Amino acid sequence: MLLRHTPKKITERKALMINPAKTCQPIGAMYASLGIHGCLPHSHGSQGCCSYHRSTLIRHYKEPVSASTSAFTEGASVFGGQANMMQSITNIFSVYEPEVIAVHTTCLSETIGDDLPQITKKAHTEGKIPKGKYVISASTPSYVGSHVTGFSNMVTSMAKVAEPTGKKNHKLNIIPGWVEPSDMEEIKRMVKLIGVESILFPDTSGILNGPLSGEYKMFPDGGTTMEQLRSAGDSKGTLALGEWCSADAARWLDKSCKVPCSVLDMPFGLKATDRFIDALRIIAGVNIPDEISSERGQLVDMISDMHQYLFQKKVALVGDPDQLIAMTEFLVTLDMQPIHIVTGTSGKKFEKRIREITKDMPYEVNVKAGGDMFLLHQWIQNEPVDLIMGNTYCKYIARDEDIPYVRWGFPILDRQGHQYFPTVGYKGGIRLLEKMLGVLMDRLDRDAKEQEFELVL
Amino acid sequence: MAINIKKKLVQWDPVDVKAELLNKYPPKVARKRAKQILINEALENETPEISANIRTIPGIISMRGCTYAGCKGVIMGPTRDIVNITHGPIGCSFYSWLTRRNQTDAGPDGENYMTYCFSTDMQDQDIIFGGEKKLTEAIQEAYDLFHPKSIAVFATCPVGLIGDDIHTVTRNMKEKFGDCNVYAFSCEGYKGVSQSAGHHIANNQVFKHIVGENDAVKPGKFKINLLGEYNIGGDGFEIDRIFEKCGITAISTFSGNSTYDQFASAHTADLNAVMCHRSINYVADMLETKYGIPWIKVNFTGADATAKSLRKIAEYFGDKKLIKTVEKVIAEEMPAVEAVRKDVRSRTEGKTAMIFVGGSRAHHYQELFKEMGMKTISAGYEFAHRDDYEGRHVLPTLKVDADSRNIEEIEVEADETRYNPRKSVEEMKALEDAGYKFKEYDGLIPEMAEGTLIIDDLNQYEAEKLVEMMKPDIFCAGIKEKFSVQKLGVPMKQLHSYDSGGPYAGFQGAINFYQEIDRLVNSKVWSYMKAPWQENPQLTASYCWE
Repeated sequence: MLLRHTPKKITERKALMINPAKTCQPIGAMYASLGIHGCLPHSHGSQGCCSYHRSTLIRHYKEPVSASTSAFTEGASVFGGQANMMQSITNIFSVYEPEVIAVHTTCLSETIGDDLPQITKKAHTEGKIPKGKYVISASTPSYVGSHVTGFSNMVTSMAKVAEPTGKKNHKLNIIPGWVEPSDMEEIKRMVKLIGVESILFPDTSGILNGPLSGEYKMFPDGGTTMEQLRSAGDSKGTLALGEWCSADAARWLDKSCKVPCSVLDMPFGLKATDRFIDALRIIAGVNIPDEISSERGQLVDMISDMHQYLFQKKVALVGDPDQLIAMTEFLVTLDMQPIHIVTGTSGKKFEKRIREITKDMPYEVNVKAGGDMFLLHQWIQNEPVDLIMGNTYCKYIARDEDIPYVRWGFPILDRQGHQYFPTVGYKGGIRLLEKMLGVLMDRLDRDAKEQEFELVL
Repeated sequence: MAINIKKKLVQWDPVDVKAELLNKYPPKVARKRAKQILINEALENETPEISANIRTIPGIISMRGCTYAGCKGVIMGPTRDIVNITHGPIGCSFYSWLTRRNQTDAGPDGENYMTYCFSTDMQDQDIIFGGEKKLTEAIQEAYDLFHPKSIAVFATCPVGLIGDDIHTVTRNMKEKFGDCNVYAFSCEGYKGVSQSAGHHIANNQVFKHIVGENDAVKPGKFKINLLGEYNIGGDGFEIDRIFEKCGITAISTFSGNSTYDQFASAHTADLNAVMCHRSINYVADMLETKYGIPWIKVNFTGADATAKSLRKIAEYFGDKKLIKTVEKVIAEEMPAVEAVRKDVRSRTEGKTAMIFVGGSRAHHYQELFKEMGMKTISAGYEFAHRDDYEGRHVLPTLKVDADSRNIEEIEVEADETRYNPRKSVEEMKALEDAGYKFKEYDGLIPEMAEGTLIIDDLNQYEAEKLVEMMKPDIFCAGIKEKFSVQKLGVPMKQLHSYDSGGPYAGFQGAINFYQEIDRLVNSKVWSYMKAPWQENPQLTASYCWE
């Protein structure tokens, strides 16, 4: 047993977090920054933060992730990090020549109170930022919120690049939230198929799922361009996918640039995708092409074909709020039973949404925002499930409790596919079903008595 | 099998390479980097000087991590029965949770907290009002839940800044519990210039709070401590297997697959064998000063190096039977190693490698490449000091700079009752006269060929340039360098975590490494970079089937 010290009896913990279901803000900011074309993310803090964030992203994507750091020493921590930041700006533009540096803070630089907008302004005044290049920044203290908050904060900083000209560009801003590069690609595909011109930000497709060709491009071809971000203030509207990841940026554009916005759930599963597609239809005033309707039909077909294997299966879920909300709804749609749901990110709103989605279930769901995977494991020990869905760390629970398990979320350090195969949209829904059915049916095959072992399932 | 030596077509002059590496840097950066890039020259009785253990340049994409990573991640991470609580915001504990591939065997007592991640998850109110209360509560909760024999607390950046007194908190909790040793590490990430400072801090606290706690004499005739071995990919298990075969008892390993009790009993061993000089030489020195246990440098990376190290240990004890057993074990183990080596060498002979990693592996792994007929054309450490490059003889001349001054140097004296020189002055002298070397490490530079490039704290830009210019057959570094190097079509082997492989130590480890490098440098995948239409883009006709 790998988690042999986890007792079944649940005791209240006020101070000790065990096996977290979240990490800190800066990594979210770094991931979002990678979705800007020609951008070098920069971590304003000690070099270890940058090293840890890069390592985690690289292990998740099996792709290079470049990012620089202000490399604070004890001196900088006492006297402030301005000198390190200025030196960083000079060195980065000389050596790596990015189009933009996206700086995020850390608990270190936030605790000592470094003021990034002021430092950036000084760099501008002193001519350290070459003409046509940018330095954007986000405040991402690690002791507030989670990696999701950091992502959202950097996406909001991206929105702030907008320079409204007063002349509308007839495009729609789409903020996809923290989804995989494959998901961003899929969202673009659907939107294009429907005939809507869009600005998607951030967009990590083509950046964190690049080819191997014998050539290393530090700044790959993908990503939202600064020009697109500038024109986001002229868009007709914004669709923000996910309250936690994307709403702040959309609301900022609404408030500051008069770009109206709708906040939707992330399009995981049938109903959330329905709402996303329908919103596109209504906003753009277009008809939905048969191709999309057909994809939807395929998903519904698969649900009906395989319903017997899904019906009333109990599921434990761990992940981030926006993803969990959509996934919980999808599981309810499938007549499955999500019974334990944990996110590490705090927020009463989350628990309320989950309770709404599961209100017609014949049981009361265990849900916790600001929880951890130690608690999830204890819940599972007390009420076992048929399926676990969550990031790679769930494999220890899945193995100890011998429960089928689908890797979904961040980080996935031990399996491939998330870079290339989307889980958003109808096609993504089919993939999610395939993955869930795969592990459930493997279990059926493994446990069937010889006389009941079936060829056809 | 036919010997297939791929002729290297690449010609390079180290002086040109160095100039090209520095070419794009702003003058200040170029000046600093010039001192960290050394063209190896064979000087008479003199090792050339390199600048090392100096600050990372802001904005330059370094390979380095931080002090917390060196302390909690590297040294204390592999100890299975200590509850390691990170005091800070959630990130640091999350990123150091099971990511280093330290293998562990929970043993008969079944205690293993390595699969767990413990954090005080500091929030903004803790930063504003202080986190001592939360830390106290967290320690209590951990104690109530698990009743471990020991709880360790690790500081992250904000803890030092807001002035939480973690040492008082842990001391009070230790007194309160009575049956649980609680102590803290002030390993804030901003300290020092790399993870090296964290090793030092970990060494100090382990020595202060754990070593010497258990005086019980363990069974065994030839008792050693293996220092600086972290059981990545099972390295320690392979070394343990060999020791057992030889009749050598490892009282403790610092710190692969270790337990609290191993540290507590370390002072009962009779020899310290140091693998990674950089990360653990402090403990070796302190064990000698306080308890009279001498230390020697060993290396279990490479089959020949393993044999040499075993002989060195046997020679120290001077026991005829042990010397005979060691020879017997070497004779038993080597044929399998040589068989694989011979086969693999037919495909690796003459190939070139680059190694940029750690504080000892960039040196040790050259042994394995040498055994395969491969040449290391460029190497360097990520966080080493000058003594790791130039040898320990430079130690007295090293200036303590502002960044190192803040790392505590603990004063250790001979223990009043337990100091016991394992060898008399005469015995030590006799061994030394016969060429035996105690407390000796010659460093990386003397081992490397003339004209090779030795580069400290290599960064991403330089790595890319080196690969482009010198076209090595394999590049070794860490996860952060893995895929940018491979995008260039050059295989990359992680030598921090070994990707997915290991063990690479000892005899079986050498076999594994030969096979792994053979797989990497001879993989067909590197020939698939270009599609047929990219290799022959010209069109002759349209829709032509002829």
